[in-house]
Amino acid sequence: MVTFQLDGLQCSTRADINLLQACLEAGANLPYFCWHPELGSVGACRQCAIKQFSGPDDKTGRIVMACMTPVTEGTRVSIDDAEAKEFREGVIEWMMVNHPHDCPVCPEGGECHLQDMTVMTGHNTRRYRFTKRTHRNQDLGPFLNHEMNRCIACYRCVRFYKDYAGGEDLAVLGAHDNVYFGRSEDGTLENAFSGNLAEICPTGVFTDKPFSETYTRKWDMRGAPSVCVHCGVGCNTFVNARDEKVRRLLNRYNDEVNRYALCDRGRFGHGFVNAPSRLHTPLCLSEEQPTPVPTQSAMAQFARMVASGPIVGIASSRASLEACFSLQCLVGREQFSTGQTQQEQTCAELAYTLLRDHPGSIPTLHDMESADAVLVLGEDVSATAPRLALALRQAGRQNSFLAADAAKVPRWMDAAVRTIGSETLSSLFIVTPAPTDLDKSAEETFRAVPDNAARLGFAIAHQLDPTAPAVPDLTPFEAEQANRIATALGAAKKPLIVSGMQYGSPALIQAAARIARSLAQNTPDAGLSLVMPDCNSMGMAMMGGLPLETVMMRARAGAIGTLIIVENDLTRHLDPPEIVELLEAVPNIVLIDHTATALWQNANLVLPAAAFTEYAGTLISQEGRAQRFFPAVFPLSPIQASWRWVQELARALPPSAEPQLAPHRTDITAWQNLDDVLAALGTEIPIFAGIIKAAPDAAYRLNGQKLRSQTYRASGRTVIRSYISVRDQPPPTNPDTPFSSSMEGAYQPDMPAALVPSFHAPAWNSVQALNRFQQEIGGPLRGGEAGIRLLANHALKNGQTEQLPAPDIPPPFTPQSDTVLLLPDVRLFGSEELSMLSPPVVARAPPANLRLPAHGTATASHITFHLEGYGPQTLPVQLVADLPDGIALCPAHMVAPAFSFPRLARLTATRAEGDGS
Amino acid sequence: MLNTVRTLFLTFLHAFQRRATVQYPEEHPYLPPRYRGRIILSRDPDGMERCVACNLCAVACPVDCISLQKTEENGRWYPEFFRINFSRCIFCGFCEEACPTYAIQLTPDFEMSEYARPNLVYEKEDLLISGTGKYPDYSFYHVAGVTIPGKDRGEAKRERPPVDLHTLLP
Amino acid sequence: MSQIPFLAIVLTPLVILALATLLTWVERRLLGLWQDRHGPNRVGPGGLFQAVADGIKILFKQDWIPPFADKAIFVLAPTIGMMTVLLSFGAIPFTAWSGIVGTLNVGLLFILGMMGLGVYAVVLAGWASNSKYALLGGMRAAAQMISYEVFMGLSLLGVVMIAGSFNLHDIVMAQTHCWFILPQCLGFLVFLLAGIAETHRLPFDLPEGENELGAGFHTEYSGMKFGMFFIAEYAGIILISSLVTTLYLGGWQGPLLPAALWFLLKTTSVVIFFILLRAALPRPRYDQLMALGWKILLPLSLLNVTATGTVLMLRAAG
Repeated sequence: MVTFQLDGLQCSTRADINLLQACLEAGANLPYFCWHPELGSVGACRQCAIKQFSGPDDKTGRIVMACMTPVTEGTRVSIDDAEAKEFREGVIEWMMVNHPHDCPVCPEGGECHLQDMTVMTGHNTRRYRFTKRTHRNQDLGPFLNHEMNRCIACYRCVRFYKDYAGGEDLAVLGAHDNVYFGRSEDGTLENAFSGNLAEICPTGVFTDKPFSETYTRKWDMRGAPSVCVHCGVGCNTFVNARDEKVRRLLNRYNDEVNRYALCDRGRFGHGFVNAPSRLHTPLCLSEEQPTPVPTQSAMAQFARMVASGPIVGIASSRASLEACFSLQCLVGREQFSTGQTQQEQTCAELAYTLLRDHPGSIPTLHDMESADAVLVLGEDVSATAPRLALALRQAGRQNSFLAADAAKVPRWMDAAVRTIGSETLSSLFIVTPAPTDLDKSAEETFRAVPDNAARLGFAIAHQLDPTAPAVPDLTPFEAEQANRIATALGAAKKPLIVSGMQYGSPALIQAAARIARSLAQNTPDAGLSLVMPDCNSMGMAMMGGLPLETVMMRARAGAIGTLIIVENDLTRHLDPPEIVELLEAVPNIVLIDHTATALWQNANLVLPAAAFTEYAGTLISQEGRAQRFFPAVFPLSPIQASWRWVQELARALPPSAEPQLAPHRTDITAWQNLDDVLAALGTEIPIFAGIIKAAPDAAYRLNGQKLRSQTYRASGRTVIRSYISVRDQPPPTNPDTPFSSSMEGAYQPDMPAALVPSFHAPAWNSVQALNRFQQEIGGPLRGGEAGIRLLANHALKNGQTEQLPAPDIPPPFTPQSDTVLLLPDVRLFGSEELSMLSPPVVARAPPANLRLPAHGTATASHITFHLEGYGPQTLPVQLVADLPDGIALCPAHMVAPAFSFPRLARLTATRAEGDGS
Repeated sequence: MLNTVRTLFLTFLHAFQRRATVQYPEEHPYLPPRYRGRIILSRDPDGMERCVACNLCAVACPVDCISLQKTEENGRWYPEFFRINFSRCIFCGFCEEACPTYAIQLTPDFEMSEYARPNLVYEKEDLLISGTGKYPDYSFYHVAGVTIPGKDRGEAKRERPPVDLHTLLP
Repeated sequence: MSQIPFLAIVLTPLVILALATLLTWVERRLLGLWQDRHGPNRVGPGGLFQAVADGIKILFKQDWIPPFADKAIFVLAPTIGMMTVLLSFGAIPFTAWSGIVGTLNVGLLFILGMMGLGVYAVVLAGWASNSKYALLGGMRAAAQMISYEVFMGLSLLGVVMIAGSFNLHDIVMAQTHCWFILPQCLGFLVFLLAGIAETHRLPFDLPEGENELGAGFHTEYSGMKFGMFFIAEYAGIILISSLVTTLYLGGWQGPLLPAALWFLLKTTSVVIFFILLRAALPRPRYDQLMALGWKILLPLSLLNVTATGTVLMLRAAG
């Protein structure tokens, strides 16, 4: 700790930061533009000028850029100094010289950092009377608007896009005061994190395009803390809504998880909640047609159904934990399926047990950023867990930080550190069948089919720990590779192994865990991270249940009278013939979902569930973090949370002496709110006992008040619904949350982190208000931790390491001459179920194509292949360099919704241009 | 004491002065153009809607009786709906002061009694007039930087033509 | 006195009520006049029937007693207010030969007594309403009216001493040569102020000061019960004006014109003065009101009694 004097006040602060951070942490209002807590300082904008005095006798002082000056013991600085003030006012006046008269038609207006800073400096009159510079805009694709006239040349966009996220298609063009931030030509921004530019840009150059369609000012929107549902990472988000319609999603800072950035799938994938595919009313199958019915008759229908036999429930890895648990309470553990195939479930449960028993650390995303050697084994993390890939990219900077420390350059001095870093290599190894977006950051990449990747993994483990089983038939080339990786990993202080279940291969996961365990014997910080496909895959793995195959078996045997499916599209897991078989064998199907998925017309009863923006629930991310999401929208009845539908079904069960017709847990009918569900969950399944602490309960009050979810200046209260009724309606309420739906309630920077509805502080209307909510900039929120970890680091100490079962090391893969191995090509945009109902993501998703090795025999533009259950499929071909022989990459869930991999297929060339499948 | 007597006398003298009130409705008072009566939405000199749906009137409204939704057409922002609940309006004129485009204006018309409150909810069709109101010459888009049909980049007031990025000349 | 015309007993209250009702309109018109506006001028010629319209409206209002009120007393209070005022008129000699009991030998005492009883109306209304503003208003009214009753009685002593009688007829007759306003100017002043306070008229309407107490003691009243308070207040104005006329302005006596017209003329002038006070003067603070009473009016009235007594003694001696 050091102390410094700010305008006569003694402030103590950390030693390794710059003056700007120190001033902001001391609560002072000091304007800035180019500095960003995650991007560091470059001193480009000259806005954070302050007066620094060399000693107690120095009366003159000198103007320094706060962001470029390290804070040292006893420094005396002044923000209020007249000269410094005048300097800052002059700087902002220059910036405003070319800034257009746009604020009323600018989507940034009202949450604009430039507006805030202009007000903060006191500049209010334009003196410049000459002409303004203008630029032409570019079409940057479905995610972002571009309005270059508004640019103040702070360089944040390129620093984030190129330096931080590794994008290559956004650059600075032009010279002197004409600099232009854009692409070399119009076109979609390719990087998976382009959406963050809308938050990074301090003014309205890059703005959220889908949000602009249903634009609303920041002060008019209700906010709710939420959790992203589009992959297993569990990024924290804000959902913003107005007039009971979701408008946008913003990044919610969580110092251990997503910090300052979200991927585009998460940011723009929420469109499914407003999509026409939403269900709004219960539907009963009458004369082969789904017909809207009132809730009461739907329940009566269900009461008649149960007479036809046992009830079986199918949950989902994309449903909230409460929905799954309520279903388990209704049907009982023996009739409860996780809604995953055997392969998926084996992988997920294996991943859970391996993580649970991992003797090293289970790193958070923020921990991963400081890993000094990373091995990604058989998973395209940039598609399956994009935010994790971004964290791994930052891990690649570790060497540059060490070099900077050696050169006595502060780590926040961004340009200098990046210059040093350009000389040092990062220890990131990637072993995948196909090229990934992360390859550019890798020291070395290896192309291998999953089986060979697993073999390489086992070989590395054997290198690190000779007691681990050796891999038979290893080629010298592979042995040399394994040796190289093992050496790098073994030398690291904080190594990290990342794998996942993209290829459905338990061997890969086991190999990864074995390497991590071997490393953990010497380095306790050896990390293991296993990527899960869905937002609650980890929760389902912890809860357990029957795989879909068992359900199919019982259906064939005629042992299912009623099948309740909760938020699951079975066609994504079962092949068409199996679906047909299931529909024939089960007399009654009840489907509870928010969206009309493939089977909605076949279900005898469809119940409209709330989407994640409309109710409160808990999800467990792949690092075992239980996180609560809260509603921003109050849906029209009868839409309600899935667990409430299940509860209604339980209440509708006819009183019967037969035990199999009563709910498995009889207290299900008595649950009043979410806290009751969580309490029951904690007693029924003890590993979940902690999740009730993921966020404060519904009875929580701050200063005796509920928390407000609207801003204090939300407008239109007495008019927005007046075209329906001119009478005032009481604001809607939700029994599950401590939030009030209106602007009435408590709100302050140190409110519990899991309950922050938006970031706003006096004089800070933009997202930069976050600085006021952090204990220290870049550190934890003042309200503590959001969510709770269920998996502990160093679960088992070295001495008591449980011996892993002997691995099933697969034989080496040999390419076949007549068939290819079809591997799933998981796409960032296209493979995930819910985001593909969001119009901007659909527009961004590239068309499906089949990727083949460039050196293979295929030369045709289109290729047909036979997929069991789906018939022949024709796809355009894309040739990829250094793809291993004998495989083909088929886009997951795009060509065939269900597609259990790996699979062998025969390929035939076609000439039929444009003739789809 | 004397003050009181003086006050009484002066008040008494008012009996012989002209009356300030007029006999409405037979006789109409003069209402100045800036009188704060019924709210209208005006058009710019080109005949296009002036309102750019910036929401500033709504946020300035102390009784929250204005609500609108932005939509966009060829770069111009419009309100998709613009609704004022006159049964709540207090005619304070804050909306007019907040409006950056002179679109929302208060007029010298106060005769808006209704028997049913829903009739006091005015939609955009009810509010929009065909003229410019009190500010005949102002057109927001001619000073703003955004492009609209008929006004390309660099054609607004005090703007240079767009920068040619390929030149290296100073 | 032995032959009280039956007609007078029936007519006097009716006429007084009618005049009080009319007075509500007159007051509004006059206030309008002095405030440069028109006042009610739509109903009937010059708005004359406004009072009738208001009366009809108030009669048709729901007869509402708040559930938290003490019902019997709540109803009784306005009745007391109305009765005491109307009874007082019995002792006023409108002309030499009319009036109900204008020659009552304790006429002045009777009127003072009735006015004293009038306090009950206000206090009971404030108490029975069982609401804080009404109670506060009632408390203020009680303090104010009891205080001012003291000086009112004292100020009248001078008149009684000169006239040597409580009989109002005699008092008028004693003014044949000189109105008592001249020898009793101090007494007149004190009586006028005390009269305003007694009728709790502006500027001394603190018991119903609407900006701090809602409507004071009658906050909870509506409909005709409120109407009774309202009319009683205006009848009270007429009563005080009549008393001023009788005691200080020579009653019905005057040259040329008929006696009844003289009485009406003088009374009307005083009523109009009352209204002018309302149009011109702001309400004092409550402590100022009480200070005025006890620190200025009480010594003044005592001074008046002393001076009058001295003069009478000297004259009797001389």
